[in-house]
Amino acid sequence: MAASPDGQISLRGVTKVFPGHEGHADVHALGPVDLDVMRGELFTVVGPSGCGKSTLLDVLAGLTSVTSGHATFEGSELAGQVPDGIGAVFQQDASFFWLTVWDNVAFGLRRRGTAAREIARRVDQALAFMGLTGFAKAFPAQLSGGMRQRVCIARTLVLEPKVLLLDEPFGALDQQTRLLMGDELLRIWRETGATVVLITHALDEAAMLSDRVAVMSARPGRFIDIVTTGWPRTRDSRIVSDPRFGAITARLWEKLREESLRAMKAPETSEDGK
Amino acid sequence: MKSTRFDFLLLLAGLMLLWQLVHWLVGPDVLSSPWATIRRAAELIATSTFRDHADATATAFGIAAVISIAGGIAIGLWLGLRRFAGDVADPILGTLYSIPKITLYPIILLIFGLGVSAKIAFGVIHGVFPIAIFTMNAVRNVAPVYHRTARVLRLTPLGAAVTIMAPAALPEILAGIRVGVALTLLGVLIGELFASTSGLGFALIRAMDVHAVTDIMAITLVLFVFAACVNALLRFVERRARHGG
Amino acid sequence: MTKVGTTRAALILSALAALELLCRVGIINRVTMIPPSEMIVSLWSILRNGRYNADIFFTLYNVIAATFLAVIGGFLAGAALHALPRLRRPLVPLLSAYYAIPTFVFYPLLIVAFGVGRTALIVMGAMFGVVAMIVNTTLGLDHVPPVVAKTGAILRLDAARQLLLIRLPSAAPHLVTGIKLAVAYSVIGIVAGEFILATEGVGKRIAYAYDNFDNRTMYGMLLLLLVGVMAVNGALSGWEKRLHRRFGQR
Repeated sequence: MAASPDGQISLRGVTKVFPGHEGHADVHALGPVDLDVMRGELFTVVGPSGCGKSTLLDVLAGLTSVTSGHATFEGSELAGQVPDGIGAVFQQDASFFWLTVWDNVAFGLRRRGTAAREIARRVDQALAFMGLTGFAKAFPAQLSGGMRQRVCIARTLVLEPKVLLLDEPFGALDQQTRLLMGDELLRIWRETGATVVLITHALDEAAMLSDRVAVMSARPGRFIDIVTTGWPRTRDSRIVSDPRFGAITARLWEKLREESLRAMKAPETSEDGK
Repeated sequence: MKSTRFDFLLLLAGLMLLWQLVHWLVGPDVLSSPWATIRRAAELIATSTFRDHADATATAFGIAAVISIAGGIAIGLWLGLRRFAGDVADPILGTLYSIPKITLYPIILLIFGLGVSAKIAFGVIHGVFPIAIFTMNAVRNVAPVYHRTARVLRLTPLGAAVTIMAPAALPEILAGIRVGVALTLLGVLIGELFASTSGLGFALIRAMDVHAVTDIMAITLVLFVFAACVNALLRFVERRARHGG
Repeated sequence: MTKVGTTRAALILSALAALELLCRVGIINRVTMIPPSEMIVSLWSILRNGRYNADIFFTLYNVIAATFLAVIGGFLAGAALHALPRLRRPLVPLLSAYYAIPTFVFYPLLIVAFGVGRTALIVMGAMFGVVAMIVNTTLGLDHVPPVVAKTGAILRLDAARQLLLIRLPSAAPHLVTGIKLAVAYSVIGIVAGEFILATEGVGKRIAYAYDNFDNRTMYGMLLLLLVGVMAVNGALSGWEKRLHRRFGQR
């Protein structure tokens, strides 16, 4: 069945099942889900712990193949291979401790065989964009958690991805830093024009940053609601003072609360691959 | 930095003092004094016999170390990269590491006879296991997020191994090499104690036979200083490879 | 049994079977090594007829005494070093170099000090094992989370109580590693000493059998030593793993 090319990324009837080892039962992590992520939007997925959000992101990135259904990226089927044009930032610190900030950011370009002068230009630009110019020669071990995430983001952005996937990228940071990073993310989104898919467990973050928020059920994860916020493109974290913010967050929580309770009662098993 | 160097000298002075006190307590037949030991060590180093012995030990040690490192890393990489093989081998390696190698000495001697190859074999059986174990764990413990990053960056498996996995695992591998090299030296010396007519281990056995206390201590001092320097060097390299991480 | 477990068992059994075959066929000649089956028979007869019981108990007693000294002495020294970081830091490279030296070259010196007999051997074994215990004690105390140490202070315990009631249990996984290593090293130190010079003991019997080309006895005793060490080591490793898991550390 050919997937209809509505979204830049489209999922039709996608499920993901992890086979059980050594006598344990199979894990139905995800699905079935249908989804169209539109070009240039900022799309967020929220859901209770262990519901399959990270698995969803792995599917969108092409990091894992689907058990059934179809996943396409710009019309072509995703087949367990990461397509060109996808960038990802994860919750854990993925900065390479053995390279300076500059070399970290240059890493992807070097692997592609880009010319040295072009690398220098783009890396300097990415560092400036992320406010890291003064730290170019530092090693990640000398930086704070937030700075290291910025290095990872810069490393991803310098490759000019069409789609930016973020798996709870601010999870390890404190609240104030999270809010500031949220503003950063909006700025990045506007200035690069990329499509952004964000996974988060923070409802306020989802309500404040997104064009659309999808609420995922407890495992196996399915979409139980998709909320359109209707925010203007020029928003920042001060949107929290808009009266609609409260309503949106309330609606998200209303859907999510039941699912969270259900997830809490279910036995805790970790999601694969994290 | 200056205070660390000063502390170190202070410690050495303290140890010398302690040594001197024990010497006074037990007499020169048990322990020679620091000064007598150092002087004897200087005398010995000047002789060509000693230098020949030192060469023999150094050569055997060098060869054994290279084999231990190459073999240990190869085994460790293979077991680290292949999950199943690693799972099967992990307790086996651990057990082999914990076996007192003295139980293997008669076998080694019977296989290799007396001579250089026995010495090298002793060295290798001491050094290869910790290096293999550390390397295997270094590869297996590379942060999963690095694996995912490699795939998102669309690197080939070889490209990922060389540009990400290798430098990520390097500090831990170097730690294993540091431990393995020290044990390799021990193994070679033991080989010389029991199975050789050359080398510093042999010189030690000769000194033990005639109860030349000062000689025993002088040779041991030289070996200890050598081992401490090699260890310090490897620790330095390891710290550099961590880049603070 | 799991797939990993069965593969491992199969691997070990086939290695032993191969060794047995090579010995029986003569590729490995009898002067070098006797077949594993004969080693087991020899071990069994050693245990059955009790000819070497005195030696076995001699060595066993020495190992237990040496381990005890190494563990207690090592723990106290390690705790002291941990409390004195200025002393500890310059000492670290020296401690790391300790195991590169065959310290049983000091055995003759110990004999002069203590005479030929078990005291010299026990001191030898303790000397060999103590540094491993010191290193693991400091490591274990390092890993006590600061918040746990603070709890001890808030409960207004004196230093000794803090060490014994709070820090020691918290450092338990690493301490057990230290004990495991102390046992292993004590065995090495004592058996090596018995090789070199002793009137009795497992090492003495092995050396005697080696000199007299009595491969049967030698391999029987070696197997006894091997099995004994593996059993103790295995038990301690199991305890170590359980502690690591219970304490949630890796």
